[in-house]
Amino acid sequence: MAKLDREPERGGPAQPLLIVKGLMKHFPVGSVLSGGRKLVRAVDGVDLTVQKQETLAIVGESGCGKSTVSRLIMSLLEPTEGEIIFDGDPVGGYRGIGLKEYRRQVQMVFQDSYSSLNPRLTIEESLAYGPVVHGVSRREASERVRDLLSAVGLAPRQYARRFPHELSGGQRQRVNIARALALRPRLIILDEPVSALDKSVEAQVLNLLMDLKEQFSLTYLFISHDLNVVQHVADRVLVMYLGKVVEVGPVDSIFAAPAHPYTQALMDSRPSMDPARRRTEPPLKGDPPNPIEPPSGCHFHTRCAIAREMCAGTAPALLNVGQSREAACHAVVPGSAFVASERWVTP
Amino acid sequence: MSRQPLIRARGLHVSFVSRDATIAAVNGIDLDLNEGQVLCVLGESGSGKSVTLRALMRLNPKAKTVMRGELNVAGHDMMALPESKLPALRGKVVSMIFQEPMTALDPVFPIGRQIVETIVRHDGVSKADARQRALDLLDLVQIPSAKMRLNAYPHELSGGLRQRAMIAMAISCRPRLLLADEPTTALDATVQIQVLLLLRQLQEELGMGVVFVTHDLGVAGEIADRVAVMYAGRIVEQGSVSSLLARPLHPYTQGLLGATVQPGSRGARLTTIPGAPPDLRRPMQGCAFAPRCPQAEESCRAAVPEFCHPAPGRTVRCIKVMETL
Repeated sequence: MAKLDREPERGGPAQPLLIVKGLMKHFPVGSVLSGGRKLVRAVDGVDLTVQKQETLAIVGESGCGKSTVSRLIMSLLEPTEGEIIFDGDPVGGYRGIGLKEYRRQVQMVFQDSYSSLNPRLTIEESLAYGPVVHGVSRREASERVRDLLSAVGLAPRQYARRFPHELSGGQRQRVNIARALALRPRLIILDEPVSALDKSVEAQVLNLLMDLKEQFSLTYLFISHDLNVVQHVADRVLVMYLGKVVEVGPVDSIFAAPAHPYTQALMDSRPSMDPARRRTEPPLKGDPPNPIEPPSGCHFHTRCAIAREMCAGTAPALLNVGQSREAACHAVVPGSAFVASERWVTP
Repeated sequence: MSRQPLIRARGLHVSFVSRDATIAAVNGIDLDLNEGQVLCVLGESGSGKSVTLRALMRLNPKAKTVMRGELNVAGHDMMALPESKLPALRGKVVSMIFQEPMTALDPVFPIGRQIVETIVRHDGVSKADARQRALDLLDLVQIPSAKMRLNAYPHELSGGLRQRAMIAMAISCRPRLLLADEPTTALDATVQIQVLLLLRQLQEELGMGVVFVTHDLGVAGEIADRVAVMYAGRIVEQGSVSSLLARPLHPYTQGLLGATVQPGSRGARLTTIPGAPPDLRRPMQGCAFAPRCPQAEESCRAAVPEFCHPAPGRTVRCIKVMETL
């Protein structure tokens, strides 16, 4: 019988746990009959690396492609193009790490705690499912379930035999986290894990995630729209807008002084908690544009406060702006044609 | 207009009765709101905040709901008002915006037609006049290319525009009281702040009273004049937004504030409130928060604490507050 222990490190501590190169996912929309198919470029060339035992957060508005990125990395979706390298091994194909083994080492927690559990299985059955598939005996699996439930702060005797509908939202999310841990993974993708929870429960789950990370030496990819939560949990943050990365870097320096105007606007959109310092003007006007027909050049230029003519023409590349940060904006490149370009006006 | 309060509730109880159980969702709340004021009702799921809001319009399902106490809205005795009088009130005197505009708007009619219908129904003007007013309303809520959008179906609009369309419909007949049930929770932060600013601006221009239900302290900080914190169907603390956020007095409010992730708390452990809210099917003895309260003692469980007034404009339902002051 397989013992299913945690895989040892292979590439050494300097080898990033996850490298994603040129990831693209295009969804066709509309029917052939209604004038040809169009493409939604949900993810349009994303590069990212996640170092061992760090937390990388992906932030952005709805429709920016952050959830699609997580599903591509989890290989729940087939990428249109791009490469995923896990601890030095390419994922899939006949040379690299096989999918079954990869999915054992990469697990995911979803936003909706109820729909991600099978309503007809007890908590114990749900948690034992993965280990049994991977060759652990049933007896050992149910022993493991008890350890897992204790690890996430649920008393095994009280909760193991219950069904998902008999638990509260916070308890269900703990079960989902326990299930993600059941296969002793190295990377956990957390897709908005606390967005559906009440504030007091959110704090409990965030504390739990921090403890587990320490206890099991985990690496997190944390997807969220809540910048306060991101600032609290993440080491590095990656900002997406309409399928592209606009800024990436360490949390501290990005939150202290964002380089990209979109990152700045996202931060300014947070409610202030201080009635004496209420905003009078919204940092951004309008909704995110339709991803089927994104604006030309820099996708953000239609909502950008400092956009120039040049921004509507050419898309900026993601360039190093110092302090191990990268940003995709013409304005931050010294000596670019941005300064000489005319102000962009809404046509 | 008279200076009588827009809302006056005294000992309001709302419970839902079914064959299996009686759920005491709202357990005796007192509420006052004057014209032109914004009150935020803050609480977690199950605290009774949405039920309270719906009770103000008598929107809770009538077959199952039992209401008790005193409730006066804009001069109308809501407890005694016959069912037949309610439609004239809803939309005209009191109107409401919901969390999910996609489910609140009718998917098979263009938004313009839905707004026109409301105006014709309440003000008896011609369709052409109503259409002109609908157009002005879409401009007022800052929907770009309003003329075209009048003929748009709800699914053709983005989330932010849908919420603006619903706000336009809610204010179409100049209500004196606007009820908002988490109207920005489903929106992105960048759009949420736009809608909050819009609501604040409309409220000032039209002089409406607003009751705004939310679970987000930050949202309350942006929009409220006063805040009422609810727990297990009771208001546990009330006060002006600045004093309440700066210095929460009830242990529950303190816990809620401590549990909220704030900028600059990086890496630190968040303070949490242990346990879970009580089961509202069972009658509660004493303070409902006592089982989770770090300061609770025997006397807390004996009787429901009376309101005390530790500072001007502040009321707190906790017996420990006076001791610690």
